[in-house]
Amino acid sequence: MPKVQATSSGESVTYKEICVDKPVKIEVKHLNFYYGKVQALQDNSLDFHINEVSALIGPSGCGKSTFLRCLNRMNDLISISRVEGNILLDGLDIYDPSVDVVMLRSRIGMVFQKPNPFPKTIFENVAYGLRVNGFKNKTFIEQRVEESLKLSAIWDEVKDRIHKSALELSGGQQQRVCIARALAVEPEILLMDEPCSALDPIATQKIEELIHQLKKSFTIIIVTHNMQQAARVSDITAFFYMGRLIEKGGTDTIFTRPKLKQTQDYITGRFG
Amino acid sequence: MANKRQITERTMHTLFFVVASASIVMLFMIMIFLFMEGIPIFNEVSVKDFIFGKYWYPTSEPPDFGILSLIVASLSVTLLSALISIPLGILTAIYIAEIASKKVGEIIKPMVELLAALPSVVIGFFGMVLVAPFLQNIFNIPTGLNLFNASLMLAFMSIPTICSLSEDAIHSVPNSLREASLALGATHLETILKVVLPASLSGISTAVILGMSRAIGETMVVLMVAGGAALIPESIFDPVRPMPASIASEMAEAPFRSAHYHALFATGIVLFIFTLLFNIIADHIAHKYKQVGEATL
Repeated sequence: MPKVQATSSGESVTYKEICVDKPVKIEVKHLNFYYGKVQALQDNSLDFHINEVSALIGPSGCGKSTFLRCLNRMNDLISISRVEGNILLDGLDIYDPSVDVVMLRSRIGMVFQKPNPFPKTIFENVAYGLRVNGFKNKTFIEQRVEESLKLSAIWDEVKDRIHKSALELSGGQQQRVCIARALAVEPEILLMDEPCSALDPIATQKIEELIHQLKKSFTIIIVTHNMQQAARVSDITAFFYMGRLIEKGGTDTIFTRPKLKQTQDYITGRFG
Repeated sequence: MANKRQITERTMHTLFFVVASASIVMLFMIMIFLFMEGIPIFNEVSVKDFIFGKYWYPTSEPPDFGILSLIVASLSVTLLSALISIPLGILTAIYIAEIASKKVGEIIKPMVELLAALPSVVIGFFGMVLVAPFLQNIFNIPTGLNLFNASLMLAFMSIPTICSLSEDAIHSVPNSLREASLALGATHLETILKVVLPASLSGISTAVILGMSRAIGETMVVLMVAGGAALIPESIFDPVRPMPASIASEMAEAPFRSAHYHALFATGIVLFIFTLLFNIIADHIAHKYKQVGEATL
């Protein structure tokens, strides 16, 4: 078995070919992350490009969710956590002390593992992000809510009960409302943390179709446990193991001709 | 063998049933007693005159048994104390649950709860000896034993209930809702006000009502610091005589089974109905608006 090496060596040719024409949106450089004394991420460097879907795969506890949550500084909420290294968004370090984390988060939308609509109406769920970002015009908010719900392919299912509680919807519908909620603030990047893990196959398919649509306007980074899903939706796949980025490359390459045996073992289901 | 086991099981079930029923039986017996001793007063005065009568002169000749001033006193004391204790209790709960570090919260919460451990007579004593003269001097009023003083002391008593139960409610809001809000670019304050508080509203309402029901039934404090005048108050610095204070101070002097005695029991019935209502409302809110929490699939 080939020895696991530093991240840059895992880069494949295809990856460079795919990305050469797309500008870099997020540049992660030598990211280390600690929960107290436990190091959860070890020296990971990875770039994400505009209008691309990147999938982060790996077994449970490999750090892929932690990595994702570094990107919108969600890990700040954990008081004992510590970050080293740089994450550049459009060239600016998001961990710089001068960065307004509230502004940052409004540029980076996030969809969580379990649907987590607020106990409010569907309309208020989607309008929430607009309201907290200072939008007051009623017509504008109504318009944007409708657009977002349409974009998330849920409008037709909820348009007649938009002022009913979002908790009355099914899990798949709730998750699409949560996606609409994230899209309403027009983020540049969409982070998805296993968005389909709590959904049935039909709801999953809808979300995946949605990801294909959204790719046109957003940079999407998705964490998934589902290998087929990564293969279906992503352009780039990055494989994490034990807090390290093992291999990254074009999804086709990773799934057909991975460079490292460890990646191949995981993808073919020999472990993980 | 099996038979013996079955018998043991059944015996144990019966035993637990009897023990569990004991408190319910006790409650019903007290209630029946309360009503039996209270209802005869309505042979002397009508229900309407009893509840809406303005004059409480139970020992005059002929006596007046109108408890409106006592009811107004109880309600106004409770309301004013709620105006003080609700903001203080809820804001403290928010601070403990959302703002303070875990360590600080773990110190403050038991301290607030310890406030509930103070015997009410101690709080009454405090109000009588310290707060009353203070109020008298500051506001230049004839007596410091009045509606405001009683409300202040009752607020001290209900803050622990309100704070502790509200904190539990806020704490039980799933973290995923906070994260969702923050991820949308909401500030910490916006997240608390627009997501966490609405999501815990049912728990907080229950806390408030239980706190108020504690205040309305509290006897010792109002007996000591409310002033004791059976008049409908015109300002918050007027002395008042809430229902529990009236019952506690007069019961010893009322001749057994006299009209006065029955009137005091009837006052007890009214008080009981008020606290019962508070508890029913609290229960209703807790069930109706139960936080569903994270989406269930």
